[in-house]
Parts: sequence; C-alpha cells; structure tokens
Amino acid sequence: MAKIVVDPITRIEGHLRIEAEVTGGKIIDAWSSATMFRGIEKILKGRDPRDAWYWTQRFCGVCTTVHSIASVRAVENALKIKIPPNAELIRNIIIGTQNVQDHVIHFYHLHALDWVDITSGLKADPTATSKLAASISEWPNNSATYFKAVQDKVKAFVASGRLGPFANAYWGHPAYKLPPEANLMATAHYLEALEWQKDVIKIHAILGSKNPHPQTFLVGGMAIPIDPDSQNALNADKLIEIKRLLKKAQDFVEKVYIPDLLAVASFYKDWAAIGGGVGNYMCYGDFPDASGNMWFPSGAILNKDLSKVLKVDQGKIAEYVDHSWFENSAGTGKGLHPFDGETEVRYTGPTPPYKNLDTNAKYSFVKSPRYDEKAMEVGPLARVLVAYASGHKETKAVVDLVLSKLGVGAAALFSTLGRTAARGIDCLLNAQQTPKFLDELINNISKGDYRIHANEKWDPSSWPAEASGYGMHEAPRGGLGHWIKIKDQKILNYQAVVPSTWNASPRDAKGQRGPYEAALVGTPIADPNKPLEILRTIHSFDPCLACAVHVLDANGNEMVKVKVS
Amino acid sequence: MSSNKSSNVSEKTEQISGKQEFSIGEILKKRGVSRRDFLKFCSAMTAAMSLPASFAPTVAQALDEVKRPTLVWLNFQDCTGDSEALLRAANPTVGELILDILSVDYHETIMAAAGHQADEALESTITKYKGKYICVVEGSISMKDGGVYGCTSGKTHLEIARRVCGSAFATIAIGTCAAYGGIAAAIPNPTGAVGVRDAVPGATIINLPGCPCNADNLTATVVHYLVFGKIPALDSHGRPLFAYGKRIHDNCERRPHFDAGQYVEIWGDEGHRKGFCLYKMGCKGPATFHNCPTQRYNEKTSWPVAAGHPCAGCSEPQFWDAMGPMYKRLPNVPGFGIEHTADKIGLGMAVGVGAAFAVHGAISALRKDKDPAEKTKED
Repeated sequence: MAKIVVDPITRIEGHLRIEAEVTGGKIIDAWSSATMFRGIEKILKGRDPRDAWYWTQRFCGVCTTVHSIASVRAVENALKIKIPPNAELIRNIIIGTQNVQDHVIHFYHLHALDWVDITSGLKADPTATSKLAASISEWPNNSATYFKAVQDKVKAFVASGRLGPFANAYWGHPAYKLPPEANLMATAHYLEALEWQKDVIKIHAILGSKNPHPQTFLVGGMAIPIDPDSQNALNADKLIEIKRLLKKAQDFVEKVYIPDLLAVASFYKDWAAIGGGVGNYMCYGDFPDASGNMWFPSGAILNKDLSKVLKVDQGKIAEYVDHSWFENSAGTGKGLHPFDGETEVRYTGPTPPYKNLDTNAKYSFVKSPRYDEKAMEVGPLARVLVAYASGHKETKAVVDLVLSKLGVGAAALFSTLGRTAARGIDCLLNAQQTPKFLDELINNISKGDYRIHANEKWDPSSWPAEASGYGMHEAPRGGLGHWIKIKDQKILNYQAVVPSTWNASPRDAKGQRGPYEAALVGTPIADPNKPLEILRTIHSFDPCLACAVHVLDANGNEMVKVKVS
Repeated sequence: MSSNKSSNVSEKTEQISGKQEFSIGEILKKRGVSRRDFLKFCSAMTAAMSLPASFAPTVAQALDEVKRPTLVWLNFQDCTGDSEALLRAANPTVGELILDILSVDYHETIMAAAGHQADEALESTITKYKGKYICVVEGSISMKDGGVYGCTSGKTHLEIARRVCGSAFATIAIGTCAAYGGIAAAIPNPTGAVGVRDAVPGATIINLPGCPCNADNLTATVVHYLVFGKIPALDSHGRPLFAYGKRIHDNCERRPHFDAGQYVEIWGDEGHRKGFCLYKMGCKGPATFHNCPTQRYNEKTSWPVAAGHPCAGCSEPQFWDAMGPMYKRLPNVPGFGIEHTADKIGLGMAVGVGAAFAVHGAISALRKDKDPAEKTKED
C-alpha cells in the first residue's frame, strides 16, 4: 500500500496538503491538512466592530469581498440596522461580479490544466480548431488565423527553453483525453480569460475603489456616494461603464466559458461517477431584496435526496477540533456553536521538516464544522442542488439544459464533474442576474433616492451595552457565516465558519471524513508518482485555505488559562 | 545615450538572466507586439518610476537587451491578495509578465506542477540561477514555536525563506505582511509573525507594502532593476522612493478641500457626494506614504479616497495597530510641507497615532480655515 503526499497543492488559494492511501490503482483513504495559521479572530478582540470588515477581508485576497459582506451583515444583525435599498443593490452587484470573475479564473487558471494538456495543443490543426470553435459558439475570436497565432506564441514560448509556471507538470499523462484542437482552443481561452478578468473586475474599482480588497464597505451601508450631478459620486458615466462591463462579463460566460465547459466535460463523462463526497449539501441563500427575501434560496439536502430540502438553522452548526491543532475546553468529542467557540491553537504535529503527518491524531489547522453532527459540502454544487430541488425557476432551466447537452441525469451532479459543471451553472446565473440589480439601482436613482448609508447607529454611543449577531453570505466557494459578540462598543468574540472550513475539514469526533477526504475515496490513480486525479477532485471544490484556517474567540483563550491555573 | 551606458546595462542585466535565451525585445517581436506598443509600454514604465520622459529610450534599450530574468514567488502567511493584484497588472499585463518579460519558475497559485514536481521546480531554479534570481515573498513568516504555523511540503516557511531569499539576487517583499508582518503580526501576534527583513537578516530586500501592493509598483520595481541593474533608492522602511516618497495627503485630489476646511461629516451627506475631504471620517492619508493618488488602481480606475472611503494607512509599518481604529480621525495634523519624507516624520506620526489620540501639535499653518479637530466630538 502506497501513501502518497501532495504538498503543496498548487493552483489554489493557500497552503493545503493531501495524504492518500492507494491500493489497486484507487484511493482507499485520504486526509486533508491545512498547514498555515494566522489567528486573525484572536487579533480582532477588543477592536471596533465597524472595522471588522476590513480585518476579516484579509482572511482572503481571492474571494476578496466575501468576508466584508458577511462581517457588515453580522454587525448590522447585532445592532438591528436596516441598510438602504441602494446599499443592498450595490452589495448585490459587487457579490455577483465577484462570483462571476472568480468562477472564470477558477475554471481557466486554476482548474483547466487538470483537463487540458497545453503541449498537445501544439500539434493541433488551426483550421480544425477554428471549425470546432465555430461549432460550439458564436464567439468572434474563432478564425484559423487567430488559433495559428496563439499556437505560434506558445511554440515561441516553448522554444525559449524556459517554461516558467508550466514547467514540470503532468503533460502527456494518460488521463488527459482532449484532442489537440480542443486543447489549443482552451489554451487560447486561458489567455483571453486572463485579459478579461482584469477588465470586468473594474466594476469593483468603480463601486469600491480597487480590487483586490475593495475599500468601500460600511456597517450600515456603503461608502460610495450617489449623485448624478457630481463627478465625485456614482453618476451616469460610472453606471453606464458598469453596465458595459457586466455585459462583457455575461458575453464571455455565455459564449466562451459555458461552451468550453460543455466541450471539455463531454470528453470526461467518466468523472461524473467519481468524487461524490459526503452527499450532504448546504446553502444559506443570497441576494436579498429590500424586504430581505433571497433571490437564491437557502436549504440543506441530506444523502443526495433531492426530494427534500430542509430549512437551515444556524443554531445546529458546531465546530469540532478532535483532529485539528486546537484545544477545546468543552472536552474531547464536543462541538461548540460559533457564538460559544473557545479554541486555543496547540500544534501537536511532527517537528518540521517532516515526511508524513500522524493522521490518527490531530493533523490540520482547519477545524471540523458539522451541521446537526453531519459533514456538509458547501459551494456552487450545493447552491445549484438546493435551488434545483427547491424549484428555483432560473436554476432549473440552466441545470436541465446542461444535463441534456451532456446526456446525463441529475445523479451525475454528485461528482467531480458535477461540481465543476455546477460552478459554470452558478456563474451563468450570476452573470445573467447581476445586470438586473444594476437596473434596479438606476431605477431608484432616477426616482431621486441617493441614500447609501443608515446613519442612526454609526456612533457607537448609540449601541446597547451588549449585542450579538450573525451574517451569512453565499461566497463563490459556498456558505459563509460570521458570528460576533459586542460588549461596551468593542468586539468581545468573533468567529467565522467559511466555505473551505466545511469542505477541507479533517475528521470529526465520530471519525466522519470531511468533504475533500470523502470525495477522494474511490478516485482512480493511474500513476502514483503523478497524481493528476487528486488535483482534479480537490480543484473541483476550488479550495481557499487562508479563509478556512481561523480561530477563535479570545474569550475562550482566557477561560483556558483560568482552567490551567 | 552613450554606448558605454548601454553595455553597462546589458552587463548588469546579464547577471540575472540565463544564457542563450531570447531577449525581451526579441520575444515581444515573436509574440507580435509592435515596436510602437513596446515603446508605449516603456513610456508608461518610465512614468511609473517617476523618471523624466527623456528616460524612456533608456528603458526601451535596456529591455531590448535583457533576457527574461528568473523569478520565484513564495506564498507564506498570506491571503493571496498580492498575487491577485499581479493578475490585475495592466502595463505590462500578467500574461506578458509571465510569458514574455519574466520566467516565473515558481508560483504556487498559478503553476501547473504540484507536490514534489513543484518542489523540484523550485530546487532546480534556485540551484541553477543561484545569486541571479529575483525572489518575491508574499505573506508574513511565523517565528514562534520553530515556525510550525506555516509549512509547505513539510518544511517551515522560515526555513524556506532563509534558503531561497538567502541565495537570491534580491528579494521583493510584496504587501504589508511580507514587508512588516502585517495583519498576522497585529497585537497579540499569535504566531510570532514578522516581515522578511526580520526573518532573513542580511538579505537584500525591497519592501513594497500596501494591502495589497499596487501591481504597477511591482512591475515598475522590476523594470527599474532591469534598466539600471540595481535596486531603486529606498527609504528607511525599505520602500522605493519612487512609489513611497510622498504622503498621500500631499498628492490627494481632495487636498484643496482639507485646506479650505470642507469635510465629509456624515456618510452620504452633501460633502461626501461633492468629494470633500475625508479627514474627519478617519482618513490616514496625512500619515501615509504611498503613490495611490497618482498611480491609482485597476488601470487607474480609482483609489479609496476617490471612491469616498478614507485611506486606512495600509503601506505604513504596523498600520493595523498604529493607525486604528479606522474611522477615528488622526490627531491634529500639522501643516508640514511636501518636502518632508517618511524618514523625517512618518515614523513619529505613526507612533504618535498608536500611543494616543491626544497629541497636540501645531495647527496647520497652511489651512486657512477652521481646525477640524476642534469640531469633532470623537476626541
């Protein structure tokens, strides 16, 4: 029996290590470990709750808006602040843009090379590539001349003898199945997407000064003023530029991403039976309207049963640390709700440099959140499944279209391929919905509503002595929750349970695997020395480890100290 | 320019490149980049480096001759925000940087190889180009408990940093975490996080702080190095003067409103809509050295103050503790002129902010109107 280690897992955010046992060409067990820790929640204690969005934004620079959103929602929930409709719409536009841009980067720049062999594209016939491209999309960049130019560029790059980030990869691996022409087409779109992403994200710069890390969120609203008669505020000029960029985003998703996804997926249908995982899915819902109703529905699905969608109750969330490098004063085998989380980092892993972790003991800086004691998968697949099973009209239409194009049933979604397809579906839904939020915003402005902030509770002296609240958000990688306790105008306790904490979690007290671990079991491995297949399944989750690793509540820190003394 | 100068440049740049490779100029030609576009890029770089326009031909000539230098990028205690900033680079774009200008031999976020194949790529690069490659570090480095809070491939980030930065021609600490420890080093610094300068004493380090760093400042630093064969002039915080030599306050487009005593008082009020000064809302521009107002972000689309939010002071050492809370206004901002540099006043300013909000200095001599400090109740 061979134990293989992949560390670093590249083309993700953060520091992730996978150890897997392989027997008979298949993974029979796997462990997911996060190997970096900062402790930002601990640092937050005693600071101004109005600053928390800026601090927690630094959990992650990839999904660079999501913690800000969850944070301001948590503080607003605690202080019972209702934000103006325009602020909600601006947030929705920022969220939608983040989801679209992030999913496209994931598909082309983080995930594609698991399926696309760039070197094979050098053998492609540009004319045949042109025909292939024209057969699947009306995207204008599809001439033989265009693909020849891309091919020549890649050839010149290879001829330079310096492959840079493309060196030493798994090129030529038997698990690559695309014909040379499909590989060349995908390579061309890899380069196009690189240009596209930096343009469409200017929406964040217009609304929020810059990206990454837009600086515009406020407890109570947003900091971008609205005034059609000012050059220093959101005016017609800026709104029309956002409209143009949203159109550009939607065009690319409809005419490049989705056709590419379907084309690539059609060669890898065997991956619709691999990488299923825990089979439990959870989504908090998002895109609230002025009355607080969510455009994207919330819900939970257990055991892949699409006939039942359960209501999500945040009270059923608890985090375990039985296999995580933390201590928990509640004792072994006990989980704690995020409001009462009390964890202390305590590294007990091997002394570096090390070859293997002791996976029977504690082996990760990620905790194990569980919902009603169950491991849950979150992310685009969970979002799409919950919406599909809830009868969400727009989602159902796109899912049925994708399934019919691929000639597979809904059960195919419970897989590595399904996860990758669901991300495309989610992206398309976001790309088509976000312009509608802009239209609503323009409509409000035209009626003379320029409000962007609810001022009444801005001054901390207006707050109650104690308050607590939570904020939920559907980030690109899935359900995100922030919990805050405020005392005497300061942060008493802050906890974030983030998408990759759910998905990358190690085993819990009962020994239940986390979603990455469960999804890897059964994955075929053609060459243990080149575990391309592990990357496929892990990347299908779009890991974001800087987010996933977090503590903690410094309250508990003090309680632990008291116990010790 | 003299031929002497150009041979000097190519000799210097030879130090950092491999042999028998195409020059950047040749590669760009092969990639179909026109001479005109190339010169436009050189002019943009010249401007980004705060050089007179007459230097553009020097930039062009140097880039014509230089081979793709080797770059390795290490991610430690980070959020990947600086890598994302790199993806937004426009002049040159990230595609041009990766394919034409640099040989990015190691970058975990974008590289195709993983696991031991990735390890091998790093090892072979730092061996083959020992003393010649540029290292970029993103994220702080944990020093506590032997560095166990940051490991890659079973090795601590501390060990990796010492080995890789120690053999580099120069190390660029990108973002405030790599430069000064950043958010992880904020009180109580649970993991003993520090910047590269404290983790690898003796290494040649250029700090490019910012949260995240402006990608234009990274590309300008690299080009500066290619053109002049040496690292740019730095201030005492290790920051290039061309990007961090002036205070935000002194280049701010809203400065006239500060001088005129016109301030935003409430989010969304008339002053906010009309672009008045954000000083009273907590702007840290008067204590922050950074070129945000001129360089801006996302192809010069905007920057925080232009979009109505105060500057957070993110390019200053220990700004997380020294500058906060974010919406608390700075103590009395004296009216020192633009001739002052960070070395003269920046540190004292930041320390003053961190110590208390009761510093009573001279009231602005430049401001003709009312003193905002006296008008604000949050004191």
